[in-house]
Amino acid sequence: MIPQQQSMKRRQFLKGTVGAASVVALSGCDNLTQSSWFPSILSKAERLTEVVQRAITPRDALAKEYQEVDISTIFPANGNTDPGTVEYAEHVGQKFADWTLEVVGLVKTPRSWSLAALKELPARTQITRHDCVEGWSAIGKWTGAPIGDLMHQVQPLPDARYAVFHCADVDDEGIAYYESMAVADCYHPQTILAYELNDTPLDVPHGAPLRLRFERQLGYKQAKYVMKIELVESLAGIGGGKGGYWEDQGYEWYAGI
Amino acid sequence: MEEFGRSTNAVMRGEVEPGPTMGSSGWDLPSRAIQAVSPIPSTERIYRHRLPVRISHWLNVPFLIILIMSGLQIFNAHPALYWGDQSDRDRALLSIRPMQAEGGDVIGVTTILGHQFETTGVLGYSNGSGRAFPAWATIPRAKWLAMGRQWHLFFAWLFVINGLIFTAYALASRHVTHDLVPSRNDCRSFGKSLRAHLFLKQSGSWHAKGYNVLQKITYTTILLIVAPLIVLTGLAMSPTIDTAVPWLLTVLGGRQAARTIHFITCFAFVGFILIHVIQVIATGFINNICSMVTGWFTVKHVKCTSCSVERHGK
Repeated sequence: MIPQQQSMKRRQFLKGTVGAASVVALSGCDNLTQSSWFPSILSKAERLTEVVQRAITPRDALAKEYQEVDISTIFPANGNTDPGTVEYAEHVGQKFADWTLEVVGLVKTPRSWSLAALKELPARTQITRHDCVEGWSAIGKWTGAPIGDLMHQVQPLPDARYAVFHCADVDDEGIAYYESMAVADCYHPQTILAYELNDTPLDVPHGAPLRLRFERQLGYKQAKYVMKIELVESLAGIGGGKGGYWEDQGYEWYAGI
Repeated sequence: MEEFGRSTNAVMRGEVEPGPTMGSSGWDLPSRAIQAVSPIPSTERIYRHRLPVRISHWLNVPFLIILIMSGLQIFNAHPALYWGDQSDRDRALLSIRPMQAEGGDVIGVTTILGHQFETTGVLGYSNGSGRAFPAWATIPRAKWLAMGRQWHLFFAWLFVINGLIFTAYALASRHVTHDLVPSRNDCRSFGKSLRAHLFLKQSGSWHAKGYNVLQKITYTTILLIVAPLIVLTGLAMSPTIDTAVPWLLTVLGGRQAARTIHFITCFAFVGFILIHVIQVIATGFINNICSMVTGWFTVKHVKCTSCSVERHGK
């Protein structure tokens, strides 16, 4: 029958077209990904997300704080779990007695704190959810010094736009870990330099002796092994220039989603 | 503008007259074959899809494909789903992982609510690589979370903007109330329409001027439930949005629950797209495509005495 033959042909044709179209579309997407111009268009969404999220989120709105019973039995330690340098190993040996935190850069009065001095400052304890960029979540109880209190002491200069967190860990290729946030975000009440997780001093996998908690953003912003906070006007010239170790590898600087 | 489904230039002629949308494409041949036995056929051209609907529809084709495939790339970074706020590995609802088989081979294992299935070659392990979804299903093909996120979050914006414009238009133009939400009459024809679909019969109501009741229910569910839910669960995975709109996560059942619902609604879209495309092909591919491109849909009434099925547009 002619109509049947016709519809067979049509089916074959459709099958071929759909198959070919998906192959072309996929390799097309990979070509776009490899191009120099397309990813820079994609990255425009980050700025839009930041503007909209900042507009609808009250500046001091707190991330949800949980109850003791909600605390995760296992809090995964991701990324670098030991800086592995000689200097760091010595600090571990001395139980971080000589660890100091420096706050430098565009500030009126640069200064440093020993770990003991930080622990004497008024502390904040918060039970919060850590959302990893990979998709998992864990709840932990963090205790530390609010970074806003440190900022009040060093007094950022008007030019200071970003706080850069320099860390003690280096990756296999010797690239130092760092992170950054807007200076304004340093004053959020939940932005702390934590020295305790679940009522015990931070262990090495979780960032001993000091790690950043920046609760309203994703896990990769929560820098471990923090040694120095540097206030700068621009992120260019620091590391790969994108504002953080993961940002230099293509992750968003604004990690609100 | 013409109302959806109303005949504007009904050509009730005594013979088949190929309209401008009918070229030398495949489907005029079978109709000629029928012409030989049918004495009183007629065609009617109706303006079925208005321009904003057509634009929005075609934009969604690349948007949804990209969102689904880049979403699977993101899922691959942590290929397990949970309920509640946390991700305790031993309490996963679903996981898709490579595992070592007894013989030493690596196999792909999909675990759903504690039941294990071997899915080597597609899920868990494919093409010599341990990954939940295979390379052909993800954007980019290689394991690359950062780039998958860039694609996903960019096209999520376009999808949301397109959806908001469409919804505003559909409400203002009464497309929703007039064409999409089932009427009382539709509800009465539910059983008939369901039987026709189940037994794969093309009944007269299949290709009538408006949508049939099953179509209306499907489109309304996608528009009013699935699409908003996929956007809201996507937003609920944002720690900043959770701070700004704390009740969202409470309603959805927690951050990991939101991720699970996001995944389920994604596959609701996949299922919808598959059935939608099959239906488009089965009910007159060229005519359907033409109507979604130009707006004009050809209804062909063939009153055929020797066959009981009334053919439309085929």
